[in-house]
Amino acid sequence: MITPLLGEAWDSMHANRMRSVLTMLGMVIGVAAVILMVAIGQGAQQSVNASIQSMGSNLFIVLSGSATTGGLRMGMGAAPTLTTGDAEAIATLPAVAAVAPLQPGTAQVVYGASNWSTMIAGTTPDALVVRDWPVARGAAFSASDVRAAAKVALLGTTVVANLFGDQDPVGKTIRIKQSPFVVVGVLASKGQSLNGQDQDDTILIPVTTAQRKLFGSQFPGTVRLIMVQARSAALMPQAQSEMTALLRQRHHLPSRADNDFDIRNLTAMASAAAQTTRVMSFMLGAIASVSLLVGGIGIMNIMLVSVTERTREIGIRMAIGARRRDILRQFLLEAVLLSLIGCFVGALCGIGGAVAVHYLARSVVVITLSSVLLAFGLASTVGMFFGYYPARRAATMQPVEALRHE
Amino acid sequence: MPTSSLIVLDAVCKRYETAAGPVSVLRDIDLAVGTGESVAIMGPSGSGKSTLMNILGCLDVASSGRYLLDGQDVAGLDHDQRAHLRNRVIGFVFQGFNLLPRISLLDNVALPLLYASVPERERRRRAQESLQRVGLGGFEAYLPSRVSGGQQQRVAIARALVSGPRLILADEPTGNLDTQTSHEIMTLFMGLNAADGITLVLVTHEQDIADFTHRHVLLVDGRIAADHLLGEATAARVSP
Ligand SMILES: Nc1ncnc2c1ncn2[C@@H]1O[C@H](COP(=O)(O)OP(=O)(O)O)[C@@H](O)[C@H]1O
Ligand SMILES: [Mg+2]
Repeated sequence: MITPLLGEAWDSMHANRMRSVLTMLGMVIGVAAVILMVAIGQGAQQSVNASIQSMGSNLFIVLSGSATTGGLRMGMGAAPTLTTGDAEAIATLPAVAAVAPLQPGTAQVVYGASNWSTMIAGTTPDALVVRDWPVARGAAFSASDVRAAAKVALLGTTVVANLFGDQDPVGKTIRIKQSPFVVVGVLASKGQSLNGQDQDDTILIPVTTAQRKLFGSQFPGTVRLIMVQARSAALMPQAQSEMTALLRQRHHLPSRADNDFDIRNLTAMASAAAQTTRVMSFMLGAIASVSLLVGGIGIMNIMLVSVTERTREIGIRMAIGARRRDILRQFLLEAVLLSLIGCFVGALCGIGGAVAVHYLARSVVVITLSSVLLAFGLASTVGMFFGYYPARRAATMQPVEALRHE
Repeated sequence: MPTSSLIVLDAVCKRYETAAGPVSVLRDIDLAVGTGESVAIMGPSGSGKSTLMNILGCLDVASSGRYLLDGQDVAGLDHDQRAHLRNRVIGFVFQGFNLLPRISLLDNVALPLLYASVPERERRRRAQESLQRVGLGGFEAYLPSRVSGGQQQRVAIARALVSGPRLILADEPTGNLDTQTSHEIMTLFMGLNAADGITLVLVTHEQDIADFTHRHVLLVDGRIAADHLLGEATAARVSP
C-alpha cells in the first residue's frame, strides 16, 4: 500500500518541481542551520572543556596590586606587593596542596640562527604540579636550581618548534636577552587557554633567575602572581580565607584597609565560562530550530494550495472508493516526503558548512550522530505536524462537492 | 416491492440550504430497480437527475427518506462503509470521464483496487483484463491525454468494472461524445448488462441513447413524472 503511495507522492512533487524545490528550501535552510549551529555550539563547549582540563584543578591565582597610594587606587598588579616569601608561607597552610610564584616577562630568545619572542615565566618546580603539566622530554629544573638562580630553562613545544625545528633541544644552550641558558627539558603540549592564548608558547626558568638576572626589578624579591592549588574542591573556600588572613597579616594591613592583593578562584571562573558556553550553544540550537518552524509553515502553505488545486482529483478518488484515511495518508506522506528530502539536503549542507567553518575559521566543530538524528526527527515531526491540517482538510471533503470543483 | 430489488428509494427528498432559502431538488422519490435491469433517467436540465445519481452512488446522502442498496439502509452507514460500497458494489461513470491526468491508463483502471488493498501483481492483471474488456488492450502505458474522448470513456468504464461491481451508474456518459461513439459506448454498456447481469442506471438527454435501455424514468422538477417499462422487442425503438 505504501509503495504506490510513495510513487504518487513523488509524481505529484515532480509535477510541481519549482514549487516543491522552493518549499524544500525552507527545510533545507532550517535543518542546515540546526546542524551547523549545534556543531559550532558543541565545538565551543569542547574547546572550553579542553582548556579547563589543561588549566589544572582547584586553582587560585593571587595577584599583587590594588594598593592605595595617597588616595589613588592603582589597578591590579600595579604595585608589586607579593613576594616569594608570601608564596612559601602560603605553602604551609593546611588547605593548600601546592604553590608556585610566577614572575613573567617577554624576551627575545636566540638559538643559532633562529630567534623567537616569547613569554618567560620565572617560577618554581611546583608550577608543574599546580598546573598539572608533565615534562615530555628531559627533566624539570630542581629546587636547588631555584636556590642557586641557575640559568636553566624548560621550553614549551611552540618555542621548541620555532627555535629547533626537529632537533632535540635538551642539553643545548639558548640565549635569553644575551644570557646563556641550558635547556633541561621540554614541556608536554597543553594547547589553547580559555582566552585563546597558546599555552605552549612559553619558557619556564627558576623564579630567582628571573628576578635577579633577567627582569631586574626596583622591588627585589617580588612576584607578579602566585598560583595556588587547594587540596580539594571542598577545601577551596577554606584555602581562600586562610590565604586572605595570612597575606593581610604578612603585609601588616590595618583591619580597615583594603586587601593589597586579589585572590581569584580560576576553577569557579572556568565553570562559569563552561556554563556560558552551554547556554550559548543551547541558544544557537534554539534559534536555528525557529527557522525549521518557518520551513514547516512553508510546507503547510504549499500543501494547502495543493489540496485546493487537486480538489477534483480528491473527489475522483473518493468516488472510486478511497476512504478518508487513504486521502489523509496520501497528503501526509507528501508533506513528510517534502520535509525529509529537504532535511536530507539540509543535513548535507549543514555538515558541509560545519567543515567549511572548521577549515576557514579554524574553530572546533563537533558533528554528532545525535545532532543529525535530532534534525531528521524534528523535520519529520514538522512535516507531520504542518502536513496534518491540509491533509485533514482534503480527507474531510464531501465527495459531491469535491467532484463539482473545476 | 420485489425482494430482488437492488435499489429501493422510499420517499427520498433532497433539499439544499441556499442564500435564498431552502431549495427542494428531489421530492418524494419512490423507485425500485431490480437486479439486472437497465434504466435511463431522462428529464430537463436542473430537474435533479445528477442529484439522484449522486445519492444512488453514495456520493451524497438524502435529506429525508430511505435508500436501501441491496437491502441495506445507506443512511446508517459511516464514511468508510459508504467508501466501501463505492469501491466494491458501485461503478461510477461521469460525463467528463474523470481520469487522473498524470498516471497511465492502466494505473487509472487499477486505482480502485489500490483502495481495496489488492496486491500489486493482481492489480495489474485485473486492470489489464478490464482494459481488454473495453477494447483497449495495448493502450496500458498511455496517458489519458493521448487517447480520444471515446477511448477515455472506455477507460472510465474499465475502471468502474475492475472491482466487479453489481451496479454501474453513468451520469450522461455520452454527453461529450459524437453519435457514432455514443452508440459504441452504449453497446458496451448493454453487453455488460446482458452478459454479467450488472444493473445499469444512466442519465441521458438523448432519446436514441435511452432507447438502448429497458426502462425509462422521467424526472421533472424533482419528481418522477413517468416510469415506463419496455418490452424486450420494442426496447430499441419505442419512445414513452
Ligand atoms: N449544492 C447545491 N446547492 C444548491 N443547489 C444545488 C446544489 N446542487 C444542485 N443544486 C440545484 O439542484 C438542481 C438540480 O441539479 P442537478 O441534479 O445537477 O440537475 P440535472 O443533473 O438534472 O441537470 C439545480 O437547480 C441545481 O442548481
Ligand atoms: Mg446533471
